[in-house]
Amino acid sequence: MKVKVISRSTDEFTRERSQDLQRVFRNFDPNLRPQEKAIEYVRALNAAKLEKIFARPFIGAMDGHIDAVSCMAKNPNYLKGIFSGSMDGDIRLWDMASRRTVCQFPGHQGAVRGLAASTDGRTLVSCGTDCTVRLWNVPVATIVESDDSSNCTAEPLAVYSGNNAFWDVDHQWDGELFATAGAQVDIWNHNRSQPINSFEWGTDTVISVRFNPGEPNLLATSASDRSITLYDLRVSSPARKLIMRTKTNSIAWNPMEPMNFTAANEDCNCYSYDARKLDEAKCVHKDHVSAVMDIDFSPTGREFVTGSYDRTVRIFQYNGGHSREIYHTKRMQRVFCVKFSCDASYIISGSDDTNLRLWKAKASEQLGVLLPRERKRHEYHEAVKNRYKHLPEVKRIVRHRHLPKPIYKAASLRRTMTEAERRKEERRKAHSAPGSVATEPLRKRRIIQEVE
Amino acid sequence: MGVKQDNADPGQILPPIEQELSNELDPKLKKYLRGEGTNLEVLKDKKLKSQLSVREELYGISAKAAAKAEEWLMPSEGGYLEVEGIEKPWRINQHSISSEINISSLKNQHDIIIPDLGPYTLDFNSSGRYMAVAGRKGHLAVLDMKNMSLIKEMQVRETVRDIVFLHNELFFAAAQKKYPYIYNRDGIELHCLKEHGSVLRLQFLKSHFLLASINKFGQLHYQDVTMGEMIGNIRTGLGRSDVMQVNPFNGVVALGHSGGTVSMWKPTSAAPLVKMLCHPGPVSAMAFHPNGHLMATSGKERKIKIWDLRKFEVLQTIPGHARALDFSQKGLLAAGNGSFVQIFGDLSESQHYSRYMGHSMVKGYQIGKVLFRPYEDVLVLGHSMGWSSILIPGSGEPNFDTWVANPYETSKQRREKEVRSLLDKLPSETIMLNPSKIGTMRPVKKKEKQTKQEIAAEMEAAVEAVKDTAFKNKTKGRNKASKRAKKRKELIERVKRPLLERQLKEDEKLAKKPKISEKENALPTALQRFASKKATA
Repeated sequence: MKVKVISRSTDEFTRERSQDLQRVFRNFDPNLRPQEKAIEYVRALNAAKLEKIFARPFIGAMDGHIDAVSCMAKNPNYLKGIFSGSMDGDIRLWDMASRRTVCQFPGHQGAVRGLAASTDGRTLVSCGTDCTVRLWNVPVATIVESDDSSNCTAEPLAVYSGNNAFWDVDHQWDGELFATAGAQVDIWNHNRSQPINSFEWGTDTVISVRFNPGEPNLLATSASDRSITLYDLRVSSPARKLIMRTKTNSIAWNPMEPMNFTAANEDCNCYSYDARKLDEAKCVHKDHVSAVMDIDFSPTGREFVTGSYDRTVRIFQYNGGHSREIYHTKRMQRVFCVKFSCDASYIISGSDDTNLRLWKAKASEQLGVLLPRERKRHEYHEAVKNRYKHLPEVKRIVRHRHLPKPIYKAASLRRTMTEAERRKEERRKAHSAPGSVATEPLRKRRIIQEVE
Repeated sequence: MGVKQDNADPGQILPPIEQELSNELDPKLKKYLRGEGTNLEVLKDKKLKSQLSVREELYGISAKAAAKAEEWLMPSEGGYLEVEGIEKPWRINQHSISSEINISSLKNQHDIIIPDLGPYTLDFNSSGRYMAVAGRKGHLAVLDMKNMSLIKEMQVRETVRDIVFLHNELFFAAAQKKYPYIYNRDGIELHCLKEHGSVLRLQFLKSHFLLASINKFGQLHYQDVTMGEMIGNIRTGLGRSDVMQVNPFNGVVALGHSGGTVSMWKPTSAAPLVKMLCHPGPVSAMAFHPNGHLMATSGKERKIKIWDLRKFEVLQTIPGHARALDFSQKGLLAAGNGSFVQIFGDLSESQHYSRYMGHSMVKGYQIGKVLFRPYEDVLVLGHSMGWSSILIPGSGEPNFDTWVANPYETSKQRREKEVRSLLDKLPSETIMLNPSKIGTMRPVKKKEKQTKQEIAAEMEAAVEAVKDTAFKNKTKGRNKASKRAKKRKELIERVKRPLLERQLKEDEKLAKKPKISEKENALPTALQRFASKKATA
């Protein structure tokens, strides 16, 4: 007869010295865990409530400009700094950690319309309505930090003037050239005082220009004739043009999927396109109630932030039709420019009330260095909340956002109007011969035509 | 050029050891997958389909990792009893086992004889380390079974009918003569629960923090021990019952009645969830398998029945008396009767219980309670002269999970666990027969038209609710009988009116809508208004 009984020796299961960690033994058998789904549900509910308790996205405002902030630029080599230009010609370099101006670049006579940092981060290019393009030397970080009290001002490296006002500037991601948008698209080199190349398609002003992060010779522009044009520098001719029903205010390329770009439009929506197939939008992002002024992608390529004329900043997922988060403050007026910080944790918005505001990208995130246990717990909360976020109680808490009254009213009005349109369309379809009334999806409806 | 392989499928070529492993892991995988995967073919939404297929793949990976961890990383192995030749396992007694096992396990085989203090009943905490014993004549004690030490004992000088630990070993509740009391580990009386009355049996629902009690009049009380709120106070209407058990799988309380019925209750409803007729005579004992699908009941007619709770039918009938029943963590069933306890096990994994072991004590000792100790191969019997602990190899779960129940818990870990389990406390509304329904979507109910009977029943119910209202007695000659009758009539008509109006509206709608014959039905919706209709009455 062979007999064995469970016998545990205490040494194996307890720690040897008090400096050691306690021993942990796991058995993942589901039979040891009755009611595991109910417990997970309760944890999801608690996680949703905790997230709302800790949701404090606003970090601080950077005060200094005396006119509306019209454009911003980020420097990929120096994550703490951000450049901003205002409507009275004042350009400043801010230190985000202390929220103070590090350096001022005075010089522009009119509004500064575009800012861009060069690939190595040492030169700043700015353009404005005074028909000039100025290049500045960016002071190096170490000298700046030792010199807290005094504000340094820099002299421009070079001033190039053109014939018409400039509307936007963007620097190549991996090269020497930068492009300006104005009456036409000009390609410049740092050392030449005249553009080395010029593109034009149509007679309207080009209002924004963006270089592709993956393909340094490709750029996208939007013009005031409601079109989006793609140019290729190697072929030195415009490649494709897409005409929509309303003007596009700004374009942003997805840094992780460089063939996709998203356009921020005047009709309160953002349209994501695949640059190879422009006849249909990939996704329509709807949630704003007024014109979307600026858009920027997160370096992860999974989210983008938009700032709109309706005084709010919204964060969307790259493939989501509706925003995941909305930020608003009573003091923040029309938002003209937004940027996602290069470490994907912060959002900077520049608005009409002369302030730049710093926000957290994830409203309930705990900033700073987290212990591995804390990090694991946050991840667990996220995962369990995502598992049950479709159930009514959890959904109600997760979805809830306070909206300012004008935005709430405007959004419900828009909803009523689109619902009415949709219902009428449905009835028209039901009372016509089957197949005679074809509904176009929204992704195609807003496009008038594509031109080669 | 290439060597011809015997295996046909080139994608499945594995080294022989790994193939063996994958065969072994498959049944374990099933356990960790917790059911079958969803059918994604019916989805038309491509985005959702791709997201869900990623999730399903993740489940497969995690189930495989858990199965591998179970294979390689478990520190302890289970107990077993293997007989050779013509030996039968049920003939083996504790004495012969004790000569074969190691010395440290011998301390789990003992008898504590306390002759004067009445039949003993006992309870373990969730990790099996602490035991609370109560003698009928008022002896309460809490013992640490690891070190075999007595933590606290006291004499309450009253009849004690039952004892149960609350969420910790720090608190226990004793059902005394008039009311149940809650005590601290130091013996301090914390609460006297007057609302419960003279309680016969107590049970504690661990994840809901509910103390359930059945009293002499057949009233079931559920009290939340965190805030002291009485959640449920149910008059069962089925008389006095001595048998009460909690199903650990779903948290329902089952009562066994003297008519042979077993009823299952949840705190939020006044009617039982299930009422099943189990035995022709009174139910004498009941036990639930930890997986929640099996229930064992025994009746006075000398039969032990094993029920499948999903289909509510008998799986097996074992002849024999049982005054006490208990299932172990590994599924062994102990049936105590008189001074003899019989242990049954499903040795061939076929859910057919056969005799495994037995133990008989000194004649005259009446076994009142049998309880398997969690995470140990030990069975403790509470009898009329004290309690005995015997070894049953293969009954306990050898590997515990520190976050679920830890027999080697320090006080700091115990405090943390208390806080965490309070945060995870389930609301009492989640008690249901099938707890896996939580998180699923309710099927869409189509609004059905009420049958005539239902309409009549609704009207009757409304009238009944209003019929007996007392009117104020008016003075000065205004209280005439005819006026009172008229007022009562008007009240009843007022209550009936909305129901009649609704009925009228529906009848009107039916009459208005002219019935269209099948020929006209075939026309498209836009043209149906031009079809000739025959108005039907």
